[in-house]
Amino acid sequence: MTTDKTQPTAVSEAQGGATAPRTTLLRVLTAAGGAAAVASTFLAWTWTAEFPGDLTVYGYPGGLQLLTLVLGIATGVFALAALDLKGLRWLTPSGSTQALRMLALGTFAVTWFTVISIAVDLDGLVNLEPGGWIAAVVTAVPVATTFLLPDDSRQLRRPKELPSWAEILIIAAVFALGLYVVNYGIQTDADHPEPFIGYLIAVGFAAVALVKAGLVSRISELTSAYRSTTLVAALITAIVFPFFQDKSSFTELGVNIAIFATVALGLNIVVGLAGLLDLGYVAFLGVGAYTAALVSGSTASTLDVRFPFWAAVITGGVVSLIFGVVIGAPTLRLRGDYLAIVTLGFGEIFRLAMLNLDGTSGPSVTNGPDGIPNIPPLEIFGFNFNDDHSFAGLSLDSNGNYYLLMLLVTILVVLIFSRAGNSRIGRAWVAIREDETAATAMGINGFRVKLIAFALGATLAGVAGAVWAHFQSTVVPEQYVFAGPVPPNSTFLVAAVILGGMGTIGGPLLGATLLYLIPKKLEFLQDYQLLAFGIALILLMRFRPEGIVPNRRQQLEYHETGQLDVPGATGLKDGAVGVTKAEA
Amino acid sequence: MTTTTTSPVLTATGVTMRFGGLTAVRSVNLEVHPGEIVGLIGPNGAGKTTFFNCLTGLYVPTEGSVAYRGTVLPPKPHLVTQAGIARTFQNIRLFANMTVLENVLVGRHTRTKEGLWSALLRGPGFKRAEAASKTRAMELLEFIGLADKADHLSRNLPYGEQRKLEIARALASDPGLLLLDEPTAGMNPQETRATEELVFAIRDLGTAVLVIEHDMRFIFNLCDRVAVLVQGEKLIEGTSDVVQSDERVVAAYLGTPFEGAPGAEEAAEVEAAEAGATTGATPDEAQRGTTARTEDGQ
Repeated sequence: MTTDKTQPTAVSEAQGGATAPRTTLLRVLTAAGGAAAVASTFLAWTWTAEFPGDLTVYGYPGGLQLLTLVLGIATGVFALAALDLKGLRWLTPSGSTQALRMLALGTFAVTWFTVISIAVDLDGLVNLEPGGWIAAVVTAVPVATTFLLPDDSRQLRRPKELPSWAEILIIAAVFALGLYVVNYGIQTDADHPEPFIGYLIAVGFAAVALVKAGLVSRISELTSAYRSTTLVAALITAIVFPFFQDKSSFTELGVNIAIFATVALGLNIVVGLAGLLDLGYVAFLGVGAYTAALVSGSTASTLDVRFPFWAAVITGGVVSLIFGVVIGAPTLRLRGDYLAIVTLGFGEIFRLAMLNLDGTSGPSVTNGPDGIPNIPPLEIFGFNFNDDHSFAGLSLDSNGNYYLLMLLVTILVVLIFSRAGNSRIGRAWVAIREDETAATAMGINGFRVKLIAFALGATLAGVAGAVWAHFQSTVVPEQYVFAGPVPPNSTFLVAAVILGGMGTIGGPLLGATLLYLIPKKLEFLQDYQLLAFGIALILLMRFRPEGIVPNRRQQLEYHETGQLDVPGATGLKDGAVGVTKAEA
Repeated sequence: MTTTTTSPVLTATGVTMRFGGLTAVRSVNLEVHPGEIVGLIGPNGAGKTTFFNCLTGLYVPTEGSVAYRGTVLPPKPHLVTQAGIARTFQNIRLFANMTVLENVLVGRHTRTKEGLWSALLRGPGFKRAEAASKTRAMELLEFIGLADKADHLSRNLPYGEQRKLEIARALASDPGLLLLDEPTAGMNPQETRATEELVFAIRDLGTAVLVIEHDMRFIFNLCDRVAVLVQGEKLIEGTSDVVQSDERVVAAYLGTPFEGAPGAEEAAEVEAAEAGATTGATPDEAQRGTTARTEDGQ
């Protein structure tokens, strides 16, 4: 009975705008709770600086307190937006309550995580200063109030018309913010896991809150309206990244992320577009890396040649292509899971072959487990990649050089992916993935088209591998395993594609970033890393099977909402009926 | 029936398909001439769809050959489509997660040439071909009346429109012969009539049509010639009238009367029973009802 009563009020509020006094009170309380959380971060939470980040100072927030501070501010601001304060309404285009709940929960989780880890790390609650207790209590208030608030989810409100310069500025601001957030994560203290875990909690809740508030859809509308601007902004963000790093280990993280993201994107052509499950993709990376190492002029190389870098990269790509065709040609004629099994086998065979081509168990090519070290540093037009360089007062270390080089490859792969995906051949790939029989009946030569996808994927991995070999300056067989705690391995790559979102560009890039960064920062998990990885994947498949960045198609596939896929299309009812009919 | 003596679009000669010991299709000959609508009927399991699959290369016929405009076709689906035979499927097989327009564009695959390189380099030729494909696809969507839904995912279309879209996708390969496998299955009478009009319109565009269907009114309205397939063999082929009046066809669909049980007696029995039912229905039925119930109880 009570639910019957509250439900209509919620609806009428959303429509009429007249708010019940109780709702207003709860929103005011939420805002106050946010403010109190902010205030509590200016107190000391513990007495010793032993806990990472300096939480001991009155009047100045530090370390994990910053996260509570930011989320507390966000809670307060969104609560004010929910109160219809002029100038803040744009924050909640599709309803405030769910976003508020997420923000309040995020504030609460981060704060309690901090407080509990202080108690655990320093052995005892006695290590908490009054500030910590206050923070723990006041962050619980918004959680309570937001869960009492009626749900006011609504259709995305039409945004106010803005001049185009303002919209472009918004895009720029979003990318700047994104860069800052990623930077913050990368620069967290690697010796202590607490700041990074807190960061993950905060980012996770904040991201869900932004989605619930409708801001993410608003921004994706903007970015699709200004495609070229968005691309330029993304490019600039990626280019300036190394200039903001004060430690070379951070730039190294950047290079590795760029490499694995690129490889994952290459795999996405094979898995996401053409629907071919390749479980040995890392072997193609290895083929490229080994080929490039052999022709690089390394002292340990068994070939006495020294190719210039561009030639080494092309050789790596071509040899990978040949392997791709050799593996693909017999297996792609078959359907179903055969390819997965064959590629799985190929991945292992590659590693074992590299281990055994050492001159004793086989011909002397790869030095066996020692690999090929001492790959000479890159030099292009007299630009030595191992030296520091400075442009216009900004300095770039060796890792930064490689980062920018790798970025070039990433851009190339993004370009190839988007162009091939949106063309006759890309449509043929998707058609094969959807229904191979129907696709061949439409005149598509399934074998040929699949082989092209497979070979293209292999080539891109080979190119990335060649660059990676030069960056690492050594290749060893044990880098190319099927599954392991250290990327790259085939499981990691497939997981990056699926986690991020199959068939999209942003998905694998984001997926690889997360999957590389998180284990790197949580090294204390050690042997449990794979366990955590597995649990995370299971949870993801349960709650968001289409990945973090969903393909529009998959979003509809997994979440039947009855909504039409065309925004602004009338006749929603028609579509909903059509869906049920088609499924019947 | 009044076809000119031009060379046939489709010539199936002695097509036989065996699955192990089972002969699904036994030496079927069939010709389809340009501008013709030919129907293929038969009871369930007669081998109609198997015959279609043999024609389109999804199955490799055990014996016999299929020729399109005099050229023998290799049994590869994509080469058959390339040659000019397009088909739809009995159970709709659209690319569910592609848009309506993309579905039709996939149908254009054989009539365009742009490979990977031109897609990557995006030269003027690529853009021209892509634009031409889109124009042609939109024309086809206009033709079947789905142009305003070009951006919808095909899985979200209502059933009848999915059927139409499948026809448009098949037409996109500019076929000389269109094979329709039960195009009106599950449709209401209005939709069936609309499909009829659509098939006539396709014929008027110069595409011959071979259609499998169970809806006899649809078939006999539509087709110039009808072939009947029973247990894998072609029983008869001819105009609607000839086929309709052939008692073997009736027998194949309805079964033969019992030996030595003339129809007149049975008819009289039925009549008597009906008369009895109308007069003394109440006690009779009530009694039957109770017995049934007691039987249930036991």
